[in-house]
Formats: sequence, structure tokens, C-alpha cells
Amino acid sequence: MTAPATTDVTREARPARRAPRGRAAGPSLWMAGPALAFFGLFAFVPLIGVVVLSFMSWDGLGTPTWAGLDNWGRTLTDPVTQNAMWLTVVLTVGTWLFQAPVSLLLGVFMAGRQRYRAVLSVLFFLPLLFSAAAVAIAFTALLDPNFGLGAALGAEWLAQDWIGDPDLAMWLVIFVIGWSFIPLHSLLYQSGVRQIPASMYEAALLDGAGRVQQFFRITVPQLKYTMVTSSTLMIVGSLTYFDLIFVLTGGGPGNATRVLPLDMYLTGFRSYDMGKASVIAVLLVVVGLLVSLALNRLSGANRMESQQEGV
Amino acid sequence: MTARSTRTTPNVLGGLGGWLWLLVVIVPIYYIVVTSLRPQADYYTENPLSWPSAPTIDAYRQVLENDFLRYFANSVIVTGTSVVVILAVSLMASYVVVRSVRRSTSRLFQVFLLGIAIPIQATIIPVYYLIVQLGLYDTLLALILPSIAFAIPLSVLILTNFLRDVPGELFESMRVDGAGEWRTLWSLALPLTRPAIVTVGIYDGLMIWNGFLFPLVLTQSAETRVLPLSLWAFQGEFSVNVPAVLAAVVLSVLPILAAYAVGRRQLVSGLTAGFGK
Repeated sequence: MTAPATTDVTREARPARRAPRGRAAGPSLWMAGPALAFFGLFAFVPLIGVVVLSFMSWDGLGTPTWAGLDNWGRTLTDPVTQNAMWLTVVLTVGTWLFQAPVSLLLGVFMAGRQRYRAVLSVLFFLPLLFSAAAVAIAFTALLDPNFGLGAALGAEWLAQDWIGDPDLAMWLVIFVIGWSFIPLHSLLYQSGVRQIPASMYEAALLDGAGRVQQFFRITVPQLKYTMVTSSTLMIVGSLTYFDLIFVLTGGGPGNATRVLPLDMYLTGFRSYDMGKASVIAVLLVVVGLLVSLALNRLSGANRMESQQEGV
Repeated sequence: MTARSTRTTPNVLGGLGGWLWLLVVIVPIYYIVVTSLRPQADYYTENPLSWPSAPTIDAYRQVLENDFLRYFANSVIVTGTSVVVILAVSLMASYVVVRSVRRSTSRLFQVFLLGIAIPIQATIIPVYYLIVQLGLYDTLLALILPSIAFAIPLSVLILTNFLRDVPGELFESMRVDGAGEWRTLWSLALPLTRPAIVTVGIYDGLMIWNGFLFPLVLTQSAETRVLPLSLWAFQGEFSVNVPAVLAAVVLSVLPILAAYAVGRRQLVSGLTAGFGK
């Protein structure tokens, strides 16, 4: 993009990269212009902007003024934000522990060719159609201690005040996130299982391996890449869950479910401390990038293409 | 469960687990539907999971009378406009990435690749600042512009991967026939990538239709309210009228459910392609 003229000259000297081609460089770069403009102005510039704003003081209305490292110091020593970091770790671990095993088992189940499994798979998908706001509202009503599911089934433990009790709210959030996203992850596992060659299972069967052995010796090792992809999505996802928790608990009761994205929103748009909120946002970006990179490194090569082919 | 060609005993445990998860999925959805059909007074007296003794669509009428159609129209405008623009500009960009032999295009592609990793949540404060500065706060355009921007990286990635598989000879023969780049894009690239375009369009559409953060931060008044935000507002307004709140939930999901019924395969592949990024 920066110096097309010079690159053109060097290109002339080298043989054409593709099949025989008379005319020079193909379509004009301007055709990519609109996409670049949208992306640059409303995604890339804000990304730079959030770093800049983390060093400024701004109430959301006036003009931002320079504040140096003040925001960073205030944010990193703030017990509310420290608590939010801890809760984000709890949420990440909790949602992973719930989602990963269930998604794996469901994915294997859905990969089976039996008719009833195909029908169930169609129904399993349904939670993905609901917006996070809709899911949160539905569960708020469903778990009403007096008129909800607990009352319907006469189950004491279900009839607790899940949303209003600080000791229970996080469990609820973890469950509802799982309810919403397990369908997606089980789809990933389903397509992963279907790519395992049937001959491997036939060989195992001849060797007398039982169902459990087949699962642990063939299915699980063969799904290594799917596990990394799905876990990356789960972990990076738990750094950014906002709307569901916002509508379900609003971060409460007290600060019991105030994870980092909520802490950012409430600090910025409720307490009008945009500088501090920007620091939290920068933390989210950095941690998210580090986690993605680490997990990608862990999985070895870049599997972007092969993952797409499977779809 | 796995050895397809050989006969084995049915997997009882697996089957049991499957039916159990079905309960977990279906009970909340069933509850939403039956409660939305229950008269408000009966909500307090009948068993929450029983079929309503006097089913009524009062709750739906109430929701529709409370400007639901306006919120619905806002969602249609925002989602429709965004998806059309996303697909157009992303296809153009992918075409450049695939067809241009300039070195700079690979750098262009890397820019978009990096963009996939930017979380919307983390940039919301500068986006808010930008929208206010542009004088667009509390307009539908305030939702459309950033929605387009954040959907572009993934859309370009998927379309590019797809367009790469189109044989170069086809483009060559277009060129020999004297077709310009725009003509080639319109009458060759567009029809050949249609499956990918549908997939990307569905994924982007669903994300924007269900999006909550941009509307929450960038709009304020009832005139610009979109569906997910209206559900939240209904929850506040109708707090004691649970059937009405849940009727709004049902109405908001109906269009997507219809799309699921018609194009299930495409919706599923759209979602796995999108989230599987």
C-alpha cells in the first residue's frame, strides 16, 4: 500500500508469480479502499485510541486532558479492579471446566450417524439463536425462587435466590454461559470427530479395544487440534463476556460477578471515569492477545486453513 | 458410537447423556413459550411448567402495542444495511488480495488478520468518543458504521480463502474476453463465491442482530432502540408482567428461528466458520 510504484518496478524484473499473465499488477488497490477505510477508522484507530486514552483523564463529556501514569496507578491498586481480575480468572476456569468436557462428549454423541442423534443435534443448536439479552432475561424468570423452575419441580436447591445471592451468582453465570455456548463448541467437536478415519476404529475393534478405550486412545488424541481451537475460543471468550452478565446480574449482587468487561463498562459509563476504564480495556486486549498466542504456539503450526476446510 | 461399519451394542450411557442434555436445552425454551402464553394473573397461581389452562396471546398484543415493531424495523435496517455493505467491501478487498500480484497486498491481508483479534469490548470507549465527535450519537448510523468495521476482518478472511480456490484460468479467460476488473468481480467472482457469501452474511447478520454493546453505548432514545436493547428495556418496564417480557423474547428470536428452519445447514456452517476463527 505504501509504495506500489517501486514494488512494480522490482516485479517487472522477476518472472510472474502465477500462470501466464500479460497485464501488470491485477486489480487496483483502490478496490480494497472502502474495507480499509471502515476498518481503519472504526476498529484500528479506536485500538490506538484506547491506549492513548489510558493516559488521559476524561469524564465522557468534556475534552480529555493528559494524566500521565495516574490512571494506571489508580487502576492497578484499586481493590474493585483487582477483585474483577480475580473473578475473571474464576469465570475463565469455571466456564472451561464446565464447557470443555460437556462439549467433547456431546460432539462425539452428535457425530454418531443414528437418526435420533441427528434429530437431537438440531435441537441442541437452538440456544445459539437467542441473543445474550434474551438468554439472560429468560433465565432471570426461570430461576425466580417463587414462580420459577424450583417452584415447578418442588426442588429446594433450585428455588434458591440464584441471582441475588453473592455466593451463588457466579455459579449461575457459569451455567448460563455454558448453556449458550456449549452448542457451538459441540459443533466444532462434531466436525472434528467426523474427520477421524473410520479405519482407526475398525483396527482398534479388531484388537479388542472397548468403547471406553477407543474414546481415550483414539478419539481424544485425534481431537487435539479441535481442543486447542475450542479452548482458545472459550478462554478468550470469557475475557469478553459482557452482555449476558450485564443483563443477568449487572455485575452484582455487590460486585460478586463484576468481571473485567463489566468493571470497564461500569467505570466508564456509570462512574464516567473513562481514563481508568481505558486502562482496563488495554489490559483486556493484552491478556487476550497473549492467551491466543500462547495457545497457538502450544498447538504448533498455524491451522487457520485446515480448520476452514473442515467447515 | 464410533465404529460405524461394525455392529456393536447400543451405547446406553451415551444415549442417556444425550437425552439429559436435551432436557437442559429444551426446558428453558419450553418455559419461555408456555409462560408467554399464560395470562398474567395465572402466572402467580399455575405450575410454571404446566400448559396454561387458558392460553392467551395478550402478552404478545401488549408487546406489539409497545412499539415492538419500531424496534424490529430498527434492527432490520441496521442489520440489513451493515450486511450488504460488509459483503460488498469485503468481497472487493478479498478480490484485491487474491488477484493482485503486488507485494503490498499480502501486508494488506495481514492487517485484516490482525483485526480479527481486536475485541469490540476493549475499543468501545474510543468508538463512543468518535461517534460523539462525528455528531452521530443516538442515530442508527452510529450502530451501522462500527458494526461494519468489526465484521470486515473475518469476512475478508473467509472470502479470501474461498476465492483462492477459484482456478486462475477462469480469471484469465475473462481478461482475454476484454472484461475489466469490475466486470470480472461482478460476473465471475460474485457468482462463484456465492456459498461463502451466504455463510459470511448469515454469521455477520446474526452477530449484528443479537449485538448488545454498541446499541447500549451508542444510542439512547426509544427512536433508535434495536431489539436486544428493547428486551432489556421491556424487562424494566414490564417487570411484574413476566409473560409480556418473555413474549418479547419469543418475538425477537422468531426471525432467526425462521432462518434456521429454512437454511439450517448454512446457518450452522456460518456459525462454525465465524466462531471457529
